[in-house]
Amino acid sequence: MARKEYEIVIIGGGPAGLAAGLYAARARRKTVLLEKGVIGGQIALTELVENYPGIPSINGFDLAQAMLNQAESYGLEVEYAETTGIEQDGRLWLVRTAEDEYVAKAVIVTAGADYNKLGVPGEERLTGRGVSYCATCDAAFFKEQHVAVVGGGDAAMDEGLFTTRFADKVTVIHRRDKLRAGAILQERAFANPKMEFVWNTVVTEVLGEDAVTGVRLHNRETGEDTTMDVAAVFVFIGQHPNTGFLGGLVPVDEGGHALVSEWMETELPGLYVAGDARRNSARQVVSSAGDGATAAIAAEHYLANSFGE
Amino acid sequence: MPKPAEVTDATFEDEVLKSGEPVLVDFWAPWCGPCRMVAPLVEELAGEYDGKVKFVKLNTDDNMQTAARYGIRSIPTLLMFRGGELVDQIIGFRPKGDLKRTIEKALA
Repeated sequence: MARKEYEIVIIGGGPAGLAAGLYAARARRKTVLLEKGVIGGQIALTELVENYPGIPSINGFDLAQAMLNQAESYGLEVEYAETTGIEQDGRLWLVRTAEDEYVAKAVIVTAGADYNKLGVPGEERLTGRGVSYCATCDAAFFKEQHVAVVGGGDAAMDEGLFTTRFADKVTVIHRRDKLRAGAILQERAFANPKMEFVWNTVVTEVLGEDAVTGVRLHNRETGEDTTMDVAAVFVFIGQHPNTGFLGGLVPVDEGGHALVSEWMETELPGLYVAGDARRNSARQVVSSAGDGATAAIAAEHYLANSFGE
Repeated sequence: MPKPAEVTDATFEDEVLKSGEPVLVDFWAPWCGPCRMVAPLVEELAGEYDGKVKFVKLNTDDNMQTAARYGIRSIPTLLMFRGGELVDQIIGFRPKGDLKRTIEKALA
């Protein structure tokens, strides 16, 4: 196990972490960003980002790469490893991954959130066989077929609309009687002739042997159980913050989001949580980037004041 | 460093199924973000396992027969072949360590 020393360790390479990395690197702090999967996090799977000010429309993966290149050009280091734990060591912080240990004066947690699963029979067995959490990755495999999209938020509408490029029919299954998605996405979804809506309904089982053939549905109002033949189920039913590795170090709300000050500070000196992992995040690319910048500026002040550097 | 070669529906039989070495096939498409993250990892592994494992990539947009034959419904998908048989698969983006473990298992 190698022990590596940095001034700032950033955990998570989505927009919050990349913005924090840019600010920390430009402050000439020796900084490493740890990413467990894909740079960009959730936006890496987003086909189009159309609400980042100044950029009318860009592929999510490309936006993340641009943020990464910009931060790296100022000296940000990036390592691909999953953080397994954090602990205080005097005035310093220890961040552990499977293979290494990082020592830092400040830690910025921008670990974001992962999508929720349905938690019904058949879902896990058929993941990658018709059950998907990424329409931009998988929709093309269902050309001229009937697919289901579960959820009623921005992600469900966005990905559902994308899926209509390939599928003949896209049925949105939502547990309430109206959508939570933003107005523009709702307008587009209702105007799309390929999209239909099943309200007040939840999926209770994903059906199929080697591949998805259908879903079992339960209407919460009428109590009726039905099945629907579909070739794929795209699941977009919210997310949960990746704060488990904090292991009770900082208080979290009932959903697991860390409680922080408006400067992204936890109660522990030198530990910051920014972006989707904190409570009351607006969960947008632009707000997460703002969070990351705020945390990096706070960390910079902390290093200057507490370590006199 | 050897770069993973492109295989097609037409060459899959010869390049993959009849290969003397184990073959890792990277099923990808240009529009798939996570595929673009997997590609550099596969390239690095191609260098590390040069002479032991063959690495190829298959564009699922242009080669739908092969993709359909193996029931690909999600990319990136990596399929590991040995002696013409499918022996292992990885669906979705995974860190390099996971990919190495799959390759080591196929070599064992």
